Formats: sequence, structure tokens, C-alpha cells
Amino acid sequence: MQYASFVIESSDTIQPLSPRPPYEAGDEEAFYAHVGSGGKVEADHWMPDAYRAAVLKFVEMHANSELMGVLPERDWIMRAPNLRRKLALTSKIQDEVGHAQLLYRVAEDLGKPRVRMFQDLLDGKTKFHNVFHYPTRSWADVGIIAWLVDAAAIVSQQALRDSSYAPYARTMKKICWEESVHIMHGRDVVLTLMNGTDAQRGMVQEALDRWWGPLMQMHGPPTDPAKDKDLHWQIKAKNNEQLRQEFLSIYVPRILELGLTIPDPGLGYDEAAGRWHYTEPDWVELKSVVTGHGPASQERLEFRRTSFADTQWVRDALLGGAAAAA
Amino acid sequence: MTERIWEVFRQQDEGDPMVHAGNVNAPDDELAVHYAREMYGRRGESHRLWVVARDAITELDDPDLLRPPFDRSHKKPGGYIIKHKLEAAKQRAAAEAGEGSDE
Repeated sequence: MQYASFVIESSDTIQPLSPRPPYEAGDEEAFYAHVGSGGKVEADHWMPDAYRAAVLKFVEMHANSELMGVLPERDWIMRAPNLRRKLALTSKIQDEVGHAQLLYRVAEDLGKPRVRMFQDLLDGKTKFHNVFHYPTRSWADVGIIAWLVDAAAIVSQQALRDSSYAPYARTMKKICWEESVHIMHGRDVVLTLMNGTDAQRGMVQEALDRWWGPLMQMHGPPTDPAKDKDLHWQIKAKNNEQLRQEFLSIYVPRILELGLTIPDPGLGYDEAAGRWHYTEPDWVELKSVVTGHGPASQERLEFRRTSFADTQWVRDALLGGAAAAA
Repeated sequence: MTERIWEVFRQQDEGDPMVHAGNVNAPDDELAVHYAREMYGRRGESHRLWVVARDAITELDDPDLLRPPFDRSHKKPGGYIIKHKLEAAKQRAAAEAGEGSDE
């Protein structure tokens, strides 16, 4: 009888032993190799200043956007057509403020105090997404925003679930789950209007005509992959153009099947190239809007400034009280 | 700033393990519980929450202790590969039984 060798051989049923952490504190090259190849970073890990600053900027803008994003919708709580819509809209707004709080929390752990983030937002030093700088004109806007703006946001946020910065990635998973409810609410509002009267259908088309431009700008201009640090360091996993293409692929058919017209005659799918072509968005408008020159930018920032001043007594009571008890 | 960080653990359903869900920033434990409920319980998604001050948590992340670079396969089912030994034993037993019947 020939017996096989009974030395325990390595096989794929044995788990590979975990390597030591692939970078020492201070080793920038090893750190970037780690994040570039799918490695994760926690809040208490050493990270190069440039990476920390890049993540902070990204998360802070996201937090600002959630906070400012409630203002267009807030106007409609008292104008909702029925109680269920009022509850759904109020709940959505509550969720978005919660998302802002989750994201400011992530940003705080990177080293910037929350009150400084609020101050920078109110002083116009930090930005928030373009779509929240525009006014709303009708109930149809509420449906279009909750459906398509949230959809465009969720396309970005799903990609961010793989972010190298783990606390952000985990927060994105929670946020994506909650946003999916918002999209269903938005689509339900749009469908209800589209199944109503000619006037209601006209209202939806008119809202879409106004929101299509900002939606196409929302993911940002195509960036040069070679220069996109957020991409290299896996802070984000997909580039702007990929996100826009993904949004179009999912949502253009869903818009057209309702009988709506998309106000871009240049929009179409190129089978050979495997991508959507469209009229180049107005990047000058985008730049102007996000730097505070949008039609509703200052009105909304002014509202936030007033709220911030009016609620100082609450912060004093909470934090002053805790200091007194300590 | 007298705010502290509180780590929040949640239990999905009765009997489930407590799972880390995130953290909140609050000046005291009473507010921390309220904030935790807002963030991790408002939608009825949690059966229970634990709210723990971050500085009360003792962490171990030393890879030398948790995943030392030695062969520890004897501690795992995958470290016992019996396929060839079992084949050999079965063949030997079958052969012996065959020899026995030949006698």
C-alpha cells in the first residue's frame, strides 16, 4: 500500500493567516498602497494629512448638503395634499437631518469641531450640492426631487459604501437603506400626479423641465482620472461620469414610460459606444451655483443663519448645563 | 466643549447579538440615549440599544495577539485534512476483506 504523505498541506480550506497591518504610522507610500488596493482606514488609525483633509472635505460637503437639502422640501409640509403625504414628507425631512448629524459625526472624528463646520457653511466657505440652491414652485417639484434628486444621490452613495474610509462607508450603508424609502415616496407622488388630470401631468412635466439641468450637473463634470485623488485613495469608488451614466441608464426609461418628455433633444443611448450621449451640461452654471450664486442660495443660507442664532440658547443650556454638572 | 462620544450597539430582534451601529455626540448619558434612539431606533428597526461612552471601551487590536503569524491550523476544522488518509484506510480495509474471502 502506498500511503499519501500526512503532512498537513496548505489548502484552500485553511484560512490564510492575516498579514500584519500593511503600513506603519508615518509610511505614506505604504498607506496609499493600502487604500489604493481596497484596504480600509478607521478613525483612530494614522493617516497622511492629505488623505485626512480629502476625506474631511468630501464628508463635510455631504453633511452640508443633507442639512441644506431639507429646506426646499420643508416649504411643502404645510402645503401637502393629504395627511399621509404630510407624514411622509415630515419623516423624510427628519431622516435627512439625521443623515446630516451622522455625517457631521464622521467628520468630527477627523478633527474638525461641528460648530466650525456650521460656521463655515453659514459664511459660505464650504459648499453644498447644486440641486439645493434652486427654488421649488409646485407640489410636482416635491415628487421630482424626492424621486430623481434622491435617486441621483443614491447612485453616488451606493458607490461610497466601498469607501476606503470605513466609518464613512458604514454610514453610507445605513443612509442608502433609508434613502430607498424616500425614492419610493417620490415616485409614488409622481405616479399619483401622472395618473390624475391633464393639469397635474402638465405640472410634473413643467417641474421636470426645470430640474433636468441641475440633475445632469449634479454628479459634477468628468474629471481626469489621473488627477482625481478621491478616486486614487478610494474615498469614492466611481468617477463622476460613471455615476451620471448609471443614473441615466436606470432612470431615463422610468421617466419615459410615464409619458414624460426629457427636455434634452441631444439625449440618447449609443449602443455601439455603450453609453448615453447628451447635451453638455452647463458647468459654468454649476460653478456659479455651488459658490452661493444660485437662485435660492442666499435665502436658504440666511434661514440657516437665523436658525443658528435663534437656537444658541439651546446649545448654551445643553452644554452649559453639562459643564455645571461636571 | 463638554460633549462626549457614545458608541451605539443595536439588537435587530430578540435573541440577536448586539451589533455596533455607530456613535453619537452628547453632553450626558440621558441625551445620549435620546439621540441614539433618534438615530438607530426611530423607524422601529431596533429591538434594543446599548449606549456606551467611548472612553469606557477597552480595545484590543494588536495583530500579534489576535492573528499571530504562526501555523494555528490545528485550532480549526480546516486544519485536519483526512481525505487521503480515509481513502487509504478504506482501500486497506476493502483489500483485507477481499483477502479474507479468498482463503
